[in-house]
Amino acid sequence: MKKLICATLAAAMALSLAACGSSDSTAAAGSTADSTTATAEGASTPIKLGGIGPTTGNNAQYGVAVQQGEELAVQEINEAAGYTVFELQFEDDESDAETALNAYNNLKDWGMQILLGTVTSTPSLTVGAEAANDNLFMLTPSASAEDVALTGDNIFQMCFTDPNQGKAAADYISEHQLGSQIGIIYDSSDAYSSGIYEAFVAEAEANGLTVVAQPSFTADNKSDLSTQVAQCQDAGADLVFLPIYYQEASQVLIAANRTGYAPTFFGCDGMDGILGVEGFDTSLADGLMMLCPFSAYGEDETTVTFVNNYKAAFNDEVPNQFAADAYDCVYAIYQCVQDGVITPDMTASEMCDALKGAFTTMTFSGTTGEGQTWDENGMISKEPKVYTIQDGAYVLAEGETA
Amino acid sequence: MQFLSYLISGISLGSVYALIALGYTMVYGIAKMLNFAHGDVIMIGSYLIFFTFGSFGWNPVLAILLSMAVCTVLGVVIEAVAYRPLREAPSLAVLITAIGVSYLLQQVAQLMWTSNAKSFPSVVAGLAPIQLFGGQLTISVETVVTILACLVIMAALTLFVNHTTPGHAMLAVSEDRGAAQLMGVNVNATISLTFAIGSALAAVAGALLCSTYPTLSPTTGAMPGIKAFVAAVFGGIGSIPGAFVGGILLGIIENLSKAYISTQLSDAIVFLVLIVVLVVKPTGLLGKKVNVKV
Repeated sequence: MKKLICATLAAAMALSLAACGSSDSTAAAGSTADSTTATAEGASTPIKLGGIGPTTGNNAQYGVAVQQGEELAVQEINEAAGYTVFELQFEDDESDAETALNAYNNLKDWGMQILLGTVTSTPSLTVGAEAANDNLFMLTPSASAEDVALTGDNIFQMCFTDPNQGKAAADYISEHQLGSQIGIIYDSSDAYSSGIYEAFVAEAEANGLTVVAQPSFTADNKSDLSTQVAQCQDAGADLVFLPIYYQEASQVLIAANRTGYAPTFFGCDGMDGILGVEGFDTSLADGLMMLCPFSAYGEDETTVTFVNNYKAAFNDEVPNQFAADAYDCVYAIYQCVQDGVITPDMTASEMCDALKGAFTTMTFSGTTGEGQTWDENGMISKEPKVYTIQDGAYVLAEGETA
Repeated sequence: MQFLSYLISGISLGSVYALIALGYTMVYGIAKMLNFAHGDVIMIGSYLIFFTFGSFGWNPVLAILLSMAVCTVLGVVIEAVAYRPLREAPSLAVLITAIGVSYLLQQVAQLMWTSNAKSFPSVVAGLAPIQLFGGQLTISVETVVTILACLVIMAALTLFVNHTTPGHAMLAVSEDRGAAQLMGVNVNATISLTFAIGSALAAVAGALLCSTYPTLSPTTGAMPGIKAFVAAVFGGIGSIPGAFVGGILLGIIENLSKAYISTQLSDAIVFLVLIVVLVVKPTGLLGKKVNVKV
């Protein structure tokens, strides 16, 4: 009896450990490799673009958005050019480093010349090291950890880096005097969230803001965030900074509403998508402020065209910034094709050398920003904009220009 | 006052663990197996309530009843298909099968409803939070309902097991399956009944869990399931009052360590307490010591 309990407990521990490690990875069966096959034979062979991201598993919404953004851009470019400029193959990595490496090798076997991925930071670090060895050009739409770009000189980011966001948020809050007693709720098990958190705290102190509470949670104990909210409330925070993804943020908003706690909430780009959570009462998000490079409600021509085409292609789904970043990635590469920097007959390594030179000198305008440039590390000069959510839509906050 | 508020939310969390732990402990007591798919039955039940109550606007009671019915059928089917053929197999084989069923349910849920998290509407929405001590202490309605529901279910279950014929059959099977069979108890039917009750309770636990912690995804049931299993072992697996005590204590320990020690280390502390309890009292707090005669 005792032995049986011991054995089963050991098994339970192992299971819980497995569940910890695998909450991102094992939750997915099979990979959905989607490929946009060439339908029309064009003037030349297409350039083979590889994409990697979690299309299944916990972070699937990001991977799917990126995949759809890339597919849409490839389709538009091929139609506009009248021949197949790009061929895209997208592989699932379940947001897991090992699976991502397998996906990377599959894509290499397929003949990938440029990698547009990976979507999340942790797999990017592994795949990035490999791509640096192979000298294969890697442009990630959304892996925002600083280390990703620093892994190799062949790696470029379309999204802004985490410290950049934390700093911008702290500056904006102190400049506009949104609050003086700051509470922060962050995910200590996530590189994205803790990266922003650290940069935010450093900059907040420099700006004379007082951080009164900074409770955290981890991927394994995030089902109950009401204690964290209560800690901010008890500490008297009048602004709560949320450098977390929108799912957890929706929990925070609901918990705060239940106890009648109403500080100003301020989030980062991971907040994008909160209005799309099924079943979420969007009125709770009213007044929520967030940093984001892209708003689907923007009125400039590039954004409107993108949003309309995206909705038409994918069942009226409103694109989030992941889709927008991915869409921009393909167009940035296309800009190099049009400038004659790369041609389909180049090898992946030749292409990488040419693109490295081009990206550090060119200026790119897309759905997520105008006149953007990349530094030699591969980090983009993107200005985070502050939006406020009002009546279920993003509105540019005070002091921001479109 | 702060302490009181953390304590109450700890009891509420503990009540949910206790409800889930009941499913583990009853099945373990009677079938001597760990049904790791229990947490995922909760998830399936919650999705049903999400669609019937959240999307179609059904009456919450009706939605929970339907979910209970579906979960009951699901639990009985899982038992019949996956566990009954392994009745005489080594317990490790059954354990692995249970883990398999757990992943199967998660994957099916992901295929059907995608992995995008859904925001679960509270089944007691619209009621104002309760203010005590001149507004110093705010208790949400979800918390109160969860604790009350847990108490009622626990009392009903204890009465059922101790004062009805099927309840006595369950006790008999749990004490000695062979002897019970010789006495004319239908063992398979009793085990099915246990799964049915456990799964129906899972649906209620799902409604309460997701109302209090409103994010629903295919992995929603996994971590609470494991914590509840810990609670069951903590209280003494196989014992119904043990599941209750273990669940409540676990919830309180988890919440207080979150509030006063570290939000990051709360899980570590919970598991540490479990280890200490098992070292001191290997059968759990209320577990019975079984002497096996050689």
